[in-house]
Amino acid sequence: MSARQMERNDTVLSAAEVRKEVNSPEGTLAILSEVSLDIDRGDSVAIVGPSGAGKSTLLALLAGLDEPTGGSIHLAGHEISAMDEDGRAAVRAGHVGFVFQSFHLLPSLTALENVMLPLELAGRRDAHAAATEALDRVGLSGRRGHYPRQLSGGEQQRVAIARAFVTGPDVLFADEPTGNLDAGTGERVMDLMFGLNAATGTTLVLVTHDRALAGRCGRVIALDAGRIVGDAA
Amino acid sequence: MRTLRLALRSLLRDLKSGEVVVLVLALIVAVASITAVGFFTSRIAGAIERQASEVLGADLRLESAREMDPAYEEEAARRGLRTARIVSMPSVVFAGDESSLVALRAASEGYPLRGRLKIADAPFEPARAVDGIPGPGEAWADSRLLARLGVPVGSKLGVGAHTVTVTQVLDYRPDQGSGFADLSATLLINLKDLGKTELVQPGSRVRRALLFAGESGPVENFRDYLEATIRPGERLQSVEDASPQIRASSDRAGRFLSLASMASVLLAAIAVAMTARRYAQRHLDSAALQKCMGASQGLVLRQTLTQLVAVALVTGSIGTLLGLLAQFGLEWLLRDLVRGDLPPPTADVAWLGLGTSVVVLTGFALPPMLQLKRVPPARVLRRNLEPPPLRYAVVYGFAVAAVLGLLLWLVKDARLVAYLAAGIGGTFALLGVAGALMVRSLAPFRSRASVAWRYGLANIARRGRESIAQLVAFGLGLMVLLLLLLVRDDLLDEWKASLPRDAPNYFMINIRPDEGEAVSRFFSERGLPATELVPMIRARLVRINELPVEDMDFGSERARGFVEREANLTWAERLRADNRLVAGRWWDAPRSGRAEVSVEREYAELLGLQLGDELEYDVAGESVTARVTSLREVQWDSFRPNFFVVFSPGVLDDVTGTLITSVHLGPDQRPALVDLVREFPEVTIIDIEALLSQVREVMDKATLAVEYVFGFTLAAGLMVLLAAVQATRDERRYESAMLRTLGASRRVVFQGLAAEFTVLGLLAGLLAATGASVAGFFLAREVFNLDYSPDPAVWLAGILGGALLVGSAGLLATRSVVTHPPVATLRRNY
Repeated sequence: MSARQMERNDTVLSAAEVRKEVNSPEGTLAILSEVSLDIDRGDSVAIVGPSGAGKSTLLALLAGLDEPTGGSIHLAGHEISAMDEDGRAAVRAGHVGFVFQSFHLLPSLTALENVMLPLELAGRRDAHAAATEALDRVGLSGRRGHYPRQLSGGEQQRVAIARAFVTGPDVLFADEPTGNLDAGTGERVMDLMFGLNAATGTTLVLVTHDRALAGRCGRVIALDAGRIVGDAA
Repeated sequence: MRTLRLALRSLLRDLKSGEVVVLVLALIVAVASITAVGFFTSRIAGAIERQASEVLGADLRLESAREMDPAYEEEAARRGLRTARIVSMPSVVFAGDESSLVALRAASEGYPLRGRLKIADAPFEPARAVDGIPGPGEAWADSRLLARLGVPVGSKLGVGAHTVTVTQVLDYRPDQGSGFADLSATLLINLKDLGKTELVQPGSRVRRALLFAGESGPVENFRDYLEATIRPGERLQSVEDASPQIRASSDRAGRFLSLASMASVLLAAIAVAMTARRYAQRHLDSAALQKCMGASQGLVLRQTLTQLVAVALVTGSIGTLLGLLAQFGLEWLLRDLVRGDLPPPTADVAWLGLGTSVVVLTGFALPPMLQLKRVPPARVLRRNLEPPPLRYAVVYGFAVAAVLGLLLWLVKDARLVAYLAAGIGGTFALLGVAGALMVRSLAPFRSRASVAWRYGLANIARRGRESIAQLVAFGLGLMVLLLLLLVRDDLLDEWKASLPRDAPNYFMINIRPDEGEAVSRFFSERGLPATELVPMIRARLVRINELPVEDMDFGSERARGFVEREANLTWAERLRADNRLVAGRWWDAPRSGRAEVSVEREYAELLGLQLGDELEYDVAGESVTARVTSLREVQWDSFRPNFFVVFSPGVLDDVTGTLITSVHLGPDQRPALVDLVREFPEVTIIDIEALLSQVREVMDKATLAVEYVFGFTLAAGLMVLLAAVQATRDERRYESAMLRTLGASRRVVFQGLAAEFTVLGLLAGLLAATGASVAGFFLAREVFNLDYSPDPAVWLAGILGGALLVGSAGLLATRSVVTHPPVATLRRNY
């Protein structure tokens, strides 16, 4: 699909016959087979499935963190499957945000510095102001100078969400965002994420085991043994 | 800019958290060790440079063992040059019953022509520069001499047949040479007094020097004139010739110390490699995260390089500052050996410091850190994703290149570097193999040990590579210290024991042939041991097989020295008991008149002489030719008069020489020496024991300096231990938590750690003691020709010292493993 077609359909992310194979001692192992999907701008999509279904692999491919063995992937008008690592890094810097199960905050940076990081990597001069504002939006203005180890799990994930939204990404990828949080905290954090998603018009792609969380998404794609077995809006 | 900020911020944070402390400390140790030596040698080189024009005390200096033609001085005066004379010789001075060996120097008015003498009113008081020399009847004495004789300024000293009064302490002579000083202390007298001492006799060991100075043009012309007219045995020195020689000898000393400091650099490099590997491993996640957020590989690489540059700058600066402080320690240790004020250290050594830091980081830290650039960004989702492993060629290539680069920088001689690299590589490999065998040999003990010990021994075996690295690091450091501290003393004792009890302790030289009988009588009348007077003749080798020696190329400096200097010869009818014939035949028909010569084996080897070769000597202007008919081995440490070259009888009958003898005198017989000197003032007595104790003093000082430099090696060894402990700290905490959860008390965990490090130290000590004993054995046999039996003290000191040092350092470094609450570790879900 060309960039122009994507514009017209307002498709921000598309995968066509994507395969991922790895070499193992037992021979070639197919992790994903012939996966095709289109995701429109502003959608919220949950990828669900049992452990080992290939959810995280699909997320990594869609976000340009990994290269497919076959097929093509377009992200925000760029064919990332045809790019090298540095090309994909540039696309990620401009268009993508991430929220992870284990938060992945840099322990050596304060909350504010963690949020500033993607802005600084993109060379933004207003990094400090923008990051301060983003922390305000997740309700952590009083925790700017704290280091990750001084924050609770929920607070850490809120910092991670501020970091993910601060660049105004086209697509936000989340990998089990509530996996390390208790139910109550997880819910509050997700309220925040969906709220920001609605407010900024970002496309949300999340991988989860959590049925309730998947239920809050506009579309649920079910994966099993590397194939799409369900796609319900 | 943002790269810089990000990189520095992360580095600063890592520093605060202690993550890179060991890396930084190891680099500081390496830099401090290499710059301490660098600064010190630069100061000595600076002193040589500064004194280049003073080093001769003149612009030109003509030296000879013989009286020189007065025409030289007349010609110089005609050309408007100033001249002065100095005559120097070894002698013994007396103050009451005390005597001491001195370098006697008699100078004429005007000395020195360049530079000024410095004198003081009393030993160790501030010195002042003066013009002029001691007046007749006066002497200026080195403070060491006054100390040795135990007399103050103002005392009277007996010099040969004359008595002089010490009026000043001689602090500095321009021509004393910089760097490492002569063994004996100087006594400066007026040349007008020299005759009264009656010390100068035909064949005395006298060096005469004529000094010339003036405008540069006339000096140049006069130099050309002298070069064209000087005779064999006369040596002309100008400023350009003089300083390189001194520089060469101080360069050698400096090189040796630099190589000693290289040992610390190598060990520090091992510690750096270990910490860098752990650092890279711990930063894979953050590198992956940054990539995930859009950082390019280039950006990650730039960050890594920025951090390395920052670490290099910081450690280079701090290490250099510490090196600067540490070199004062070296200066203090060598204060008696290094003469004159040293200029301040030069700044360019700072480059060496920074360079060392950069090279060690590039060689040992960069390869693992390069992994950060290669980490797959998908690691943020799957932690088991690792960067592709580095090729061994890259890892070892960088390290080997770094070591060779540093060596080449220090030694500046590619061939020597090749030998050194082979030597260092061999030593490390040998120690490594021995270490590996030791680690493996622990296995059988495990089954028989208690829980704590089994845990400790298991740790050593499981962390095999780290254990071997620690064994090598500590083994090397301890080995060198043992060698310097104990084996050196053992060798000296062994050598002393190998000498017969009645080995002569006094040499008497300059005995006139016509006084020979009187001297023998002097001894027999006083019931002193009988003396054997041996003739000694000064001569210079001029041709070998009719080929002038000037036209021959002798490989070694020592061989050149043999032919350039006047040599002492003798003649003898019979082969002496302490000589052994190894080739040819001794002359069996005495006084046949055939000119034959017997040559010492090593001398023959150095000059490439063989049986049948014809040697021509210039003996006091006469030419004497003889054929080599035998080669001898000489037992030099019999302390009896021995010679490289012995002529057959009858050949040198017409030549005036002197007699030489050696004698063993007990303490109660020594006062007789005072009478001997009074009766035979020209006889020079050399006190061998005093000479030996002076040699020993110099050796002690030099060894202390080497030990000081090797102190850094131990510090670097500690860094390896810290690096190894740090690399395993998380693992250890987890194990400790598990053990304690399973019911082990803190004491058991502590005992396990104690067992581990004590055994490591024990093995390192064993390795060190073995290495030191083997090295001592080879030194004894191959270099000193002694039988060496290893001293149990070496083993005791090595093993106990190693166990104590490594045991306590290891426990200190791992104490948090025991004190850390297990629940905190387990909750972190290791």
